Amino acid sequence: MRNITAQAATAAARPAGADVAVEVRGICKMYNEIEALRGIDLDFPAGKLTTLLGPSGCGKTTLLKIVAGLIPATSGEVRVNGNTVTGPGPERAFVFQDFALMPWATVMRNVGFGLELKGMGKNERQAIAQKYIAEVGLSGFENKYPHELSGGMRQRVGLARAFAVNADVLLLDEPFSAVDEQNRRKFQEDLLELVEKEKKTFIFVTHSIEEAVYCSDRIVILSRRPGRIAQIIEPEIDRSASPDAIRRDQGYLDTVEEIWQGLKHYVD
Amino acid sequence: MSFPVQANGSSRAVPPSEASFVWRKLSEHRTALWRTASIGLFFLVWEIAGRIPISFAFPTFLETLRAFVTMTLDGSFVAAYAETLQPLVIGIAISAVIGIGLGIVMGLSRFAEWLAAPVFIVLQAAPMAALIPLITFVYGIGLVSKTLAVIMLALPVIVLNGYKAVRNANPSLVAMCYSFQGNWWQRITKIIIPDASPVIFAGLRLGLAAGFIGVILAELLITPTGIGDLITYHRSVADYPEMYAAVVSIILVSTLTLAALEAFELRVLRPEKRKS
Repeated sequence: MRNITAQAATAAARPAGADVAVEVRGICKMYNEIEALRGIDLDFPAGKLTTLLGPSGCGKTTLLKIVAGLIPATSGEVRVNGNTVTGPGPERAFVFQDFALMPWATVMRNVGFGLELKGMGKNERQAIAQKYIAEVGLSGFENKYPHELSGGMRQRVGLARAFAVNADVLLLDEPFSAVDEQNRRKFQEDLLELVEKEKKTFIFVTHSIEEAVYCSDRIVILSRRPGRIAQIIEPEIDRSASPDAIRRDQGYLDTVEEIWQGLKHYVD
Repeated sequence: MSFPVQANGSSRAVPPSEASFVWRKLSEHRTALWRTASIGLFFLVWEIAGRIPISFAFPTFLETLRAFVTMTLDGSFVAAYAETLQPLVIGIAISAVIGIGLGIVMGLSRFAEWLAAPVFIVLQAAPMAALIPLITFVYGIGLVSKTLAVIMLALPVIVLNGYKAVRNANPSLVAMCYSFQGNWWQRITKIIIPDASPVIFAGLRLGLAAGFIGVILAELLITPTGIGDLITYHRSVADYPEMYAAVVSIILVSTLTLAALEAFELRVLRPEKRKS
């Protein structure tokens, strides 16, 4: 584990030698009179999974949605691959907490929906959708409707839809919060495989410390409202080990404990 | 007679008899059975009430049924519905097109909502039967008046349902469409309208039911034509079974039309509900 909060204050936590996919500069967000985020400066390294972690109401989802271009920041700017964000763009794809699947469409159509909106032909987009349906482990469910799937399977559809548009940056808003515990563990393991395979930048919002430590290359901890960066931690866990070995790893457990000690005073 | 020895040692296990087999078969169709029983019970009560009789003008169920069959066979229903359905079909078609279109626009635009919603809320609350003499005054006693009567009853509920459905479209799906760079047209056609369609269709069903009320009101209050004429005529010559048969026929037609609309909705717009 490496705590790089000290450098973060000075150099916006620029990781040495790594490309930066998303730069966040001086982001503030006001909801009427309520200050949700204050002066966020952050770099998200390319090809890594960065987690935004913090107490509820700290603005982590707000920050993610600002990066996605779904809501505007009050001040500051976000650059993705060097281009300033003004709205949603093809280089980013969002995975929703409540899945946001169209109940009237099959798994196949839901996964291909991003491509459908771009005007891609049916055969072409179904071929791509098929590939990602297989990749998230839903082969054989192409013609099912969302209500016929479990929570975990629905979110796999949401993930496949985000993969299908071939964005560089995937933004995941508490993707497992509506998934039951056992499915969540399996899903986390599968997600790590996909992170390895797809070589994309992942930004992940969660309120689960274990999930953050288990999945992340880097964890950004936000303070309670108004959200500011409290701490940046790189777990440095050996990912080549088996999932069960990781969950018993001393470094993993120590990191979870340290984050909990840091967050404990926010919990009332 | 010997029972097979069971693991739990229950000596009261009885081999399935013929009766329980029939019962199991019946319980598979329980809903249909209860519905039939409910209708049957209603007819029975009707028959008894007619035989007491509660009023000299109240025919029994069997008399009405006989009149119904006769009127179906001699073509008087066919001729009557050919007339009644004209203002109904035209009125419902106009109400559906204008109502859904206007409802969607009102759901999407605050300005359109501000402009049009109060009118329809007042219209929906107004007792339309009182306005029908006014229509007659302006548009005479022809097809136009009757079509207008249908529209006045059907349109408000279609508009208001459409508007509420669109206004309450799932914000998460709208955000999803936006995040995948759907344009406003795609947002409306691929997300908002499919998402709103169950409520829009509920409005259409209510509008159709109101349209039936409108056309019958018009035929009773403006000039007796079609089914309204059958009702008025048979009442005036005291053929009560025929009069009731005409009333029953309009209820039947209205119910069947509504059921057909519902089946169409499931088939075309919400495939996922059909499968389950």
